[in-house]
Amino acid sequence: MTTSDASHLALYRQMVLIRRFEEEAARAYSQGKIGGFLHLYIGQEPVAVGAVAALQPDDYVITTYRDHGLALARGMTPRAAMAELFGKVTGCSKGLGGSMHFFDVEHHMLGGYGIVGGHIPIAAGTAFASKYRGEKRVTLCFFGEGAVSIGDFHEGMSLAALWKLPIVFICENNEYSMGTPLSRELSVEDVSTKALGYGMARDRFFADHVLTVQEHVAEAVERARAHSEPTLVEIRTYRFRGHSMSDPGKYRTADELEERKKRDAVLRSQTELSAAGFGAELDAVDKEVEDLVQDAVRFADESPEPGPELLETTTYKGAFAR
Amino acid sequence: MSVMRYREAVRAAMTEEMERDDRVYLIGEEVGHYQGAYKVTEGMLDKFGEKRVIDTPITESGFTGISIGAAMVGLRPIVEYMTWNFSAVAFDQILNNAAKLRQMSGGQVHVPIVFRAPNGSAKQVGSQHSHSMEHFYAHVPGLKVVAPAFPADAKGLLKTAIRDDDPVLFMESETLYGIKGEVSDDPELMVPFGVANVVREGTDVTIVSWSRMVHVSLEAAAALENEGISAEVIDVRSLRPLDEETIVRSVQKTHRAVVAYEGWPYGGVGAEIVDRIQRLAFDELDAPVLRVTTLDYPMPYNARLEAFVIPQSPRVVTAAKSVLYR
Repeated sequence: MTTSDASHLALYRQMVLIRRFEEEAARAYSQGKIGGFLHLYIGQEPVAVGAVAALQPDDYVITTYRDHGLALARGMTPRAAMAELFGKVTGCSKGLGGSMHFFDVEHHMLGGYGIVGGHIPIAAGTAFASKYRGEKRVTLCFFGEGAVSIGDFHEGMSLAALWKLPIVFICENNEYSMGTPLSRELSVEDVSTKALGYGMARDRFFADHVLTVQEHVAEAVERARAHSEPTLVEIRTYRFRGHSMSDPGKYRTADELEERKKRDAVLRSQTELSAAGFGAELDAVDKEVEDLVQDAVRFADESPEPGPELLETTTYKGAFAR
Repeated sequence: MSVMRYREAVRAAMTEEMERDDRVYLIGEEVGHYQGAYKVTEGMLDKFGEKRVIDTPITESGFTGISIGAAMVGLRPIVEYMTWNFSAVAFDQILNNAAKLRQMSGGQVHVPIVFRAPNGSAKQVGSQHSHSMEHFYAHVPGLKVVAPAFPADAKGLLKTAIRDDDPVLFMESETLYGIKGEVSDDPELMVPFGVANVVREGTDVTIVSWSRMVHVSLEAAAALENEGISAEVIDVRSLRPLDEETIVRSVQKTHRAVVAYEGWPYGGVGAEIVDRIQRLAFDELDAPVLRVTTLDYPMPYNARLEAFVIPQSPRVVTAAKSVLYR
């Protein structure tokens, strides 16, 4: 196996892990084991996996509430992720954050955020800190095309360009802001053109292949690392499930969904790797991932819940300000 | 000890802390080249350079979010708003990010940041520029709110704020920037949060206050003295955490209390203080606790109407006499 095949297989494994994780999360949700909102990443796996593959281990990543995929791609264990969904103290955020607020500081995954666009200035801030300290560290900031209309997108982009911050803004354009199609959210079809007004570099492509994502994002990461210049990268993708578990998806047709599933990057990698003669390796990946995900569910099930003693210490450091 | 103005005390605290710790930077509109909209930051750009004294475009939400992000990964920003009114467009960043990150990350990250600006009424600046924003922010667990009335406290509390590991909202006042007071030169002298200061001792009635209204309350106490009434004035200094012990101890002595502050009467920090007094000192009270607040209207521009709406010392005097049934 060549290095590039091994790398492709490793990325395929990440994508399959995310997909199987999300499928089991959906099942657990329907069993009432997960509360609140659950936004699945199924269909968008090549975006997080390909983008993270373009990073160094100490680069920062930040995203929206659709955050499971990025966390797993960054190295969060399926146990910590599933336990968080189950609201257990063994979860990545001790069961206090839930689906929308995965944090893993050890892997420089600086969180999933629930207010659309609100994390864009936060991400510019981690990039600002890198530049302030003279580090060669890059920040990747993920958001959907629905975030492009809100004020914090503008302020974050504007300041990142003005101050030449080492950041890559990744717009995961999945064509629907909850149930509203792009044509009813934006006056332009090409989201990447938003960069022009800020004098910012831009890129735009379909996430049909995980390696395409890696290659394109690597260019933008290099621009940030070597020249401290931001880029807006619009990655066109599609979610195969609803906005959240409560979404029946009536705003799009079954035909459209089936058409888009034919472009599934997970399937594409599988087909290519299989054709290249790695059938046995693919089977091994499937089995390993299945074991990991089942183990994560078991672990989450058996883990204890957080107690009220955690509430004070996670609100303030030291004495509670009352 | 040096005698300095309030604005100089704020500047001294920032300067000392920036000299002590290079993770601390100052960011805001007109803080650098313009030397500060209220000259609080005068000379700081020359001293620290553009890397650490950072002028921003008009982007409160943007530079607030950026500084929260920078704080989350280890810097210690001081964010200046031209006035607290403009923090309203950054409210989401303060409420949903600064205040929540520690908890929603399960304690993995924290946000050591100071937000500071003049607060409350100024002079005839109209309804959009006269807000008392402490009431909005003190409601939020995860935030700390302080509002010094004197130069010494401005310096000591700001130093404590900059060294604190949680978000601190520091409320100054345009009307106080010019007042003078003795201020310690000791770079390690800090004023702790949650400790009120009895600024005038008395035996008949307790007046609880903060920021500009401490000075108004002292005026009222002087007027009351002329009528044979001995008023104790408490400057709480810190609104969250709040020093309820000092307030209760005073009420145990006077058995009567008035809370005098800027801000509307519906809810707010003053109502919280009244709640604590009635809960913790119910049997000590000889009269209901009264509040003297900004009247329940948006702030009018007209000078006479503005003076009518803002709490003035005669209203504090009237309230004090009322709780004394005089």
